[in-house]
Amino acid sequence: PGAAMDLFGDLRRMNKRQLYYQVLNFAMIVSSALMIWKGLIVITGSESPIVVVLSGSMEPAFHRGDLLFLTNFHDDPIRAGEIVVFKLEGRDIPIVHRVIKIHEKENGNVKFLTKGDNNEVDDRGLYKEGQNWLEKKDVVGRARGFLPYVGMVTIIMNDYPKFKYALLAVMGAYVLLKRES
Amino acid sequence: LRKNVEDFTGPRERSDLGFITFDITADILTGKKIIFLGIFDWNVKQLFLFLSAEYSTKNNALNQVVLWDKIMLRGDNPRLFLKDMKSKYLFFDDGNGLKGNRNITLTLSWNVVPNAGILPLVTGSGHVSVPFPDNYETTKSY
Repeated sequence: PGAAMDLFGDLRRMNKRQLYYQVLNFAMIVSSALMIWKGLIVITGSESPIVVVLSGSMEPAFHRGDLLFLTNFHDDPIRAGEIVVFKLEGRDIPIVHRVIKIHEKENGNVKFLTKGDNNEVDDRGLYKEGQNWLEKKDVVGRARGFLPYVGMVTIIMNDYPKFKYALLAVMGAYVLLKRES
Repeated sequence: LRKNVEDFTGPRERSDLGFITFDITADILTGKKIIFLGIFDWNVKQLFLFLSAEYSTKNNALNQVVLWDKIMLRGDNPRLFLKDMKSKYLFFDDGNGLKGNRNITLTLSWNVVPNAGILPLVTGSGHVSVPFPDNYETTKSY
């Protein structure tokens, strides 16, 4: 209660100039974060260089909530055994599975089949009606590294929006009220 | 690594289907493949092992088909003694490229899954070439 009164006291004492300054500080932090993200997109060649594993279809290697780091270099060939993240037409959710078959023509055109390690059957049932193979254009990236558990935060924020707003409110309050001494 | 071919039949749905039986003797801990020594360190959660067949055909310059896979967790027996294994997955070619194909290479590879960090894909140094005969078997039922 004493600390809260101090906080409001601070707010009232802050004049307009200091408020604008804090807002600019906040905007700079957000811009920097966005720039880092865009930079990652450029460096890795993937539209989504960091993804969260959403299902258990690759257990026991990856569990729901694990974080994957992807690259998607244009000249990287797709080879059997690689773990790829792909998107099916018309669906937003990327899928993380392993390549089990490839057929590549001389000109580099390749079609391939995927399967989750923990699934009994390959992914043909998941593909679009009449689609038997995936192509390079469906690939978001190749899994190069991973961190366990860290992605759980994203899943919780998705499943419990109130948590997301609370987190944003706390972060906003902290940044606006933080004083550089 | 020792592998041998038994027979094959096809085509089904206008594609060649190959059947291979194989033996795998891979002594991961102390075997002649010294690179395996110490692969299960504190940061290795599991190995995803797979046997793949690589070959080229008239239709496709490069084909790779995974015939068999296995998950080996840290703490599992690191020795593999598999004899007369049938391939886990149907070995369909995209077309009729298996008939008379002398040069199908089987290699054992593995994906190291760490507790955290990089995910390397390693190919074993041994490989075996497997030829398919020029004729189809007509009688076999699978």
